[in-house]
Amino acid sequence: MPREDYETVIGLEVHCELSTKTKIFCSCPTEFGGEPNTHCCPICMAMPGTLPVLNEKVVEYAVKAGLATNCKIAQNSKNDRKNYFYPDLPKAYQISQYDMPLCYEGKVEIDAENGEKKTIRITRIHIEEDAGKLNHDEYGRGSFVDLNRAGVPLIEVVSEPDLRSAEEAESYLRKLKAIFEYIQVSDCKMQEGSLRADVNVSVRKKGTTEFGTRTEMKNMNSFRSIVRAIKYEADRQIEEIENGNKITQETLRWDDISGKTFPMRDKEDAQDYRYFPDPDLVAIKLSDEYIENIKKELPELPEIKKARYIKDFELSEKAANFVTSSKYYSDIFDVATEKSNNPKAVSNWLMSDIARILNEKEEEADKIPFTGEDLGELVQLIDKGTISNSIGKKVLDELFENPKSPSKIIEEKGWVQISDEGAIKEVVLRIIENNPQSVADYKAGKDKAVGFLVGQAMKETKGKANPQMLNQMFIEELKK
Amino acid sequence: MELYEFTVHELIEKLDKKEITSSQITESYLKRIKEKEKDVQAFVTITEDSAKEKASEIDEKIKRGEKREKLEGIPIGLKDNLCTKGVKTTCSSKMLENFVSPYDATVIKKINEEKMISLGKLNMDEFAMGGSTEYSYFHPTHNPWNLNRVPGGSSGGSAAAVAANMVPWALGSDTGGSIRQPSSLCGVVGLKPTYGLVSRYGLVAFASSLDQIGPITKDVEDNAILLNIITGHDEKDTTSVKREKVDYTKSLVKDVNGLKIGLPKEFIGDGIDEEVKNALLETAKIYESLGAKVEECSLDIGKQALAVYYIIACAEASSNLGRFDGIRYGYRTEKFDNLREIYINSRTEGFGPEVKRRIILGTYVLSSGYYDAYYKKAQKVRTVIRNEYQRLFEKYDLILTPTSPTVAFGIGEKSNNPLQMYLADICTVPVNIAGLPGMSIPATVNSEGMPIGIQLVAKHFDEETIFRAAYTFEQKVKFREKYQPKFKN
Repeated sequence: MPREDYETVIGLEVHCELSTKTKIFCSCPTEFGGEPNTHCCPICMAMPGTLPVLNEKVVEYAVKAGLATNCKIAQNSKNDRKNYFYPDLPKAYQISQYDMPLCYEGKVEIDAENGEKKTIRITRIHIEEDAGKLNHDEYGRGSFVDLNRAGVPLIEVVSEPDLRSAEEAESYLRKLKAIFEYIQVSDCKMQEGSLRADVNVSVRKKGTTEFGTRTEMKNMNSFRSIVRAIKYEADRQIEEIENGNKITQETLRWDDISGKTFPMRDKEDAQDYRYFPDPDLVAIKLSDEYIENIKKELPELPEIKKARYIKDFELSEKAANFVTSSKYYSDIFDVATEKSNNPKAVSNWLMSDIARILNEKEEEADKIPFTGEDLGELVQLIDKGTISNSIGKKVLDELFENPKSPSKIIEEKGWVQISDEGAIKEVVLRIIENNPQSVADYKAGKDKAVGFLVGQAMKETKGKANPQMLNQMFIEELKK
Repeated sequence: MELYEFTVHELIEKLDKKEITSSQITESYLKRIKEKEKDVQAFVTITEDSAKEKASEIDEKIKRGEKREKLEGIPIGLKDNLCTKGVKTTCSSKMLENFVSPYDATVIKKINEEKMISLGKLNMDEFAMGGSTEYSYFHPTHNPWNLNRVPGGSSGGSAAAVAANMVPWALGSDTGGSIRQPSSLCGVVGLKPTYGLVSRYGLVAFASSLDQIGPITKDVEDNAILLNIITGHDEKDTTSVKREKVDYTKSLVKDVNGLKIGLPKEFIGDGIDEEVKNALLETAKIYESLGAKVEECSLDIGKQALAVYYIIACAEASSNLGRFDGIRYGYRTEKFDNLREIYINSRTEGFGPEVKRRIILGTYVLSSGYYDAYYKKAQKVRTVIRNEYQRLFEKYDLILTPTSPTVAFGIGEKSNNPLQMYLADICTVPVNIAGLPGMSIPATVNSEGMPIGIQLVAKHFDEETIFRAAYTFEQKVKFREKYQPKFKN
């Protein structure tokens, strides 16, 4: 049966680190980095006798995330222990939520490949603590436990198996990322692992309703590898089935270098986590009023913002979509537009050159090193004619490498556009003198010759001469 | 009379009158420890030097004319599952043989704030699992009343040390009777407060939903004084309750007039030693003679409570003790080639038989496929037991039962019979399951001269009624004046 007769079924479990200042059960900082085991205390190191105290901000952030993804909020919920041994899990249990998650039955809309909207259902969102990290010694002297991350709050967002392609999965993940950025519950930095996903993949013949056997790939933390892994895994499964083999339900490891999945040696599915309610923590009870108040304080979500950009700034659907796809983009857009009063130019810069550079660097919008103020100034400088568009691109490159105010950059680099009439005239006369053939061509009626002359002048001024002025002055001089 | 023979409230009086100094008290107890420790073996760690140092600092301060706080300079003994910064906290386990906590438990902070002086850490059944202190990795503790007998457990070191006048008072912990049963077997006063009255932060967890820290003292008055110090909401323990602090010494009044006491017939039936039964009935008579109204009632929960207890306590313990994995602290095996062997061998070598038994039992009842039949069902029965008590408390102010079905048994008698040992908890376990306060006070001695304790149980957070009834009874029977441990074999 050909490839096209199969469809891929994908469900995601997205883990998102919440950006609360302190950990979920103690007051240690959640900040990324730091020397190993410096953001820890007896509680998150699980010293004997210590007890967890639930950080109320974590509940608030998770409720925000639930409301922003159209979930119902559970007024009665609790924390459960998930028991297993691993060196990065100091208590030998993770405090999570088992049968009474904080948020449930939500949904988000994504743009499907056919350009239509598609609803992806969210099964549940629950709160839990992150584990520490193992640093494996490259000389084989053992592994070192770093508990800085142990106890950093997470939400786990579990989707229904509603996704049908790698692209949809990416689009869903981008949507979640944008929402969580907007409501400021997470910085969603995938490189730092603050957004990662367990990806469940199965295939089935189109038209059937039963699900195939699924495999799971854990802890994926880049869009690119998620897309590649899903495609690879779907193809692998189809091939297995076509060869008459059965799919084994198992946990796989995606290897980015070989571009293949491998079974994990450690069969986690065989584990019995012995969930039970954590007796150290009291039940979570939320009042209607508490939930209402959070709802009232929710900021503008991407869908609403997009509509406003189209209406107020006359951005195209495409541009508005792009600019609102990440809070990092729209924050820059808002500031740059405010400064330059040129929303279209700002959105163009974001959509074309800035997106291209990020893409080349394989980075996300959160890595933009300059401010909205800087981009606004760049647009202003072009609009005022201080620099040309092509110099503008060079300034942007510079903003990525060594961010500082664009006016300072052009001053230091000597990129200010020459708009002085005398100086331009001097160049124009010299070029005319040195290019008699072009002058003759022009006089013979070949208007295009002006373009060549302007090009020569730009070359001589290293792109700094005002092109409009050059054009005008050449024509004036040649007509004399 | 030696200073170690006095109660704390008597010592406070003498200190206030400047008849004695803190150093004199401390030296007196250290001398007594030196005399008796070889027989009783109540301690895991004795902190002689720091105790002397602290005592002389306090005396210096008093000499300078500064005011002494009420309990300043009073020594205390601490069960070895209470975390103490700078001093080993072993839980009487090989697993924590050399473990020093980086922080103080909340109750330790409180006694330090009072400027009390720790004499050391007291022996216990390993990780508080047991009823005889024979399951200590280090050594069994002996009952001062008969050195061939157990002191009870798991706070056996605490109760024996108080009974032997080796400490003026002590802190213990009680998950299923671990304060009350040894107090009964050693002839001292032990209170398990209402669940939530005392912060558990820094108490090495056995069963989180049952554990409470409480005072073990020579008399009821001392018990109230020490309870006053350790109660109060703690931000670090969300199961500790926010309520106004009570001064329990105000309940030390000789008046039980009109008090309604229920005497459940199931607790004077089968399995209860005849002499214990008689002591209880005698106690009931004394209460009646003092003006209380004692009535037989029914509380038929013993068997279920024991089953529920061993399911819930073991389930929680199996999870709580997971952290002892040989990775970050505590015992680590020398025999390993991989991670799995570190876990298995460290835990196999580091834990004793009773701890392993309970971890295995707890792991089993939480396993998928068994969870509903055991753990979930136990939680439901727990509610039933709570309701049963509630029903009784609609009629009675207090419930009177034995603390232990027998007096202290012989060392080695039950240590190879876990089920027999578990039955020793039958009178105390239901109180933990319901989260109620319960106190054991000595009533009399049996024909062999071994102490018999009775247990008073009250409504949640009604320790005041317990103190009133216990104090009235104590003043009437004057146990301490009549009976003293003999340290005989």
